[in-house]
Amino acid sequence: MSKKYEKIGETVFSKVDKINAELFTLTYGALVTQLIKDYEDIEQVNIKLEQMGYNIGVRLIEEFLAKSGIGRCNDFVETAEVISKIGFKMFLGVTAQISEWDQDKKEFHLIIEDNPLIDFVELPEHLKHKLYYSNILCGVIRGALEMVQMKVKCTFVKCALSDESSSEIKVVLEEVLSDLAPVGYD
Amino acid sequence: MIITSCRNINVDDRDENLAFAVNVKVMAIYSLYILNKAGTLIFQNDYVGSVEKLSHNAYISLGSMFHGLHAIASNLSPTGSSSGIETIETEAFKLQCFQTHTGMKFYTISDPNHPNLDEILHNIYELYTDYVLKNPFYELEMSIRCDLFDDKLNRLLKGTTAD
Repeated sequence: MSKKYEKIGETVFSKVDKINAELFTLTYGALVTQLIKDYEDIEQVNIKLEQMGYNIGVRLIEEFLAKSGIGRCNDFVETAEVISKIGFKMFLGVTAQISEWDQDKKEFHLIIEDNPLIDFVELPEHLKHKLYYSNILCGVIRGALEMVQMKVKCTFVKCALSDESSSEIKVVLEEVLSDLAPVGYD
Repeated sequence: MIITSCRNINVDDRDENLAFAVNVKVMAIYSLYILNKAGTLIFQNDYVGSVEKLSHNAYISLGSMFHGLHAIASNLSPTGSSSGIETIETEAFKLQCFQTHTGMKFYTISDPNHPNLDEILHNIYELYTDYVLKNPFYELEMSIRCDLFDDKLNRLLKGTTAD
């Protein structure tokens, strides 16, 4: 199944406009450091990043749907594959791995081995295990899925910048908002 | 690429208005409506000069009414869920609707013989994602007032190429 999505991901990626990755990484870095200056409290920075991501996600989903041509997913397993193989590919140019499904298939971990946001970044000791540098991604996933009637909770469980092996986001499906689904999609 | 295929329409038995429209190389899409997921009209524009203008409120109520009809149509289905209204055809025009997975609706009023509305609606959706949603000052769910979006739509629907 995931091969099929990888292929779609490649195709969509080849079609979308690209920008310089370094500019992107540096801009994001400037944004995070400015937030740290403004808020001082690191927990607040994590929350703000997540909120910014959410605002991006609710818009980005439309572009994703329009340009990938993906239809409605049958189950959350398919959703996970689509996010990791098409969504990440389309917007970040990398794919993510899925692991650690729970029994009900409502919770999985997204492992991002090659996160473009953290190129060049070295967290100072006092921020390690406190700042989730790429927390914006959690917000993007939450915002995007909310627009297709899935309420999820995303949290960083591992961060490569805090001396852990890779970046890992836990995604938990809390509920499917079926009463908000557009007609014809029950 | 879309535009060329639309110039092939058969103009023999069109009424005067349309013959006029084709003469001036206007594509036979009369109007475009965009509804947000709550069914509120967030965009409406006419692309052929001969279309009679209505009041602003009339467009809003037409949009909401279509939203309601769409929901009713979907509930009428005898065999479980249906997609709601996709096309309405009459002698004088055809309405074609495209609903996104997020619940927005894009619909065009066009010539009944227009050949590839599906593709055009999809292109309009892509323009919306590029030129409306990426404008940081556009507030979601609100009326669309984006000049770039208007320009691109004019190019797509009127077939004018400015460059």
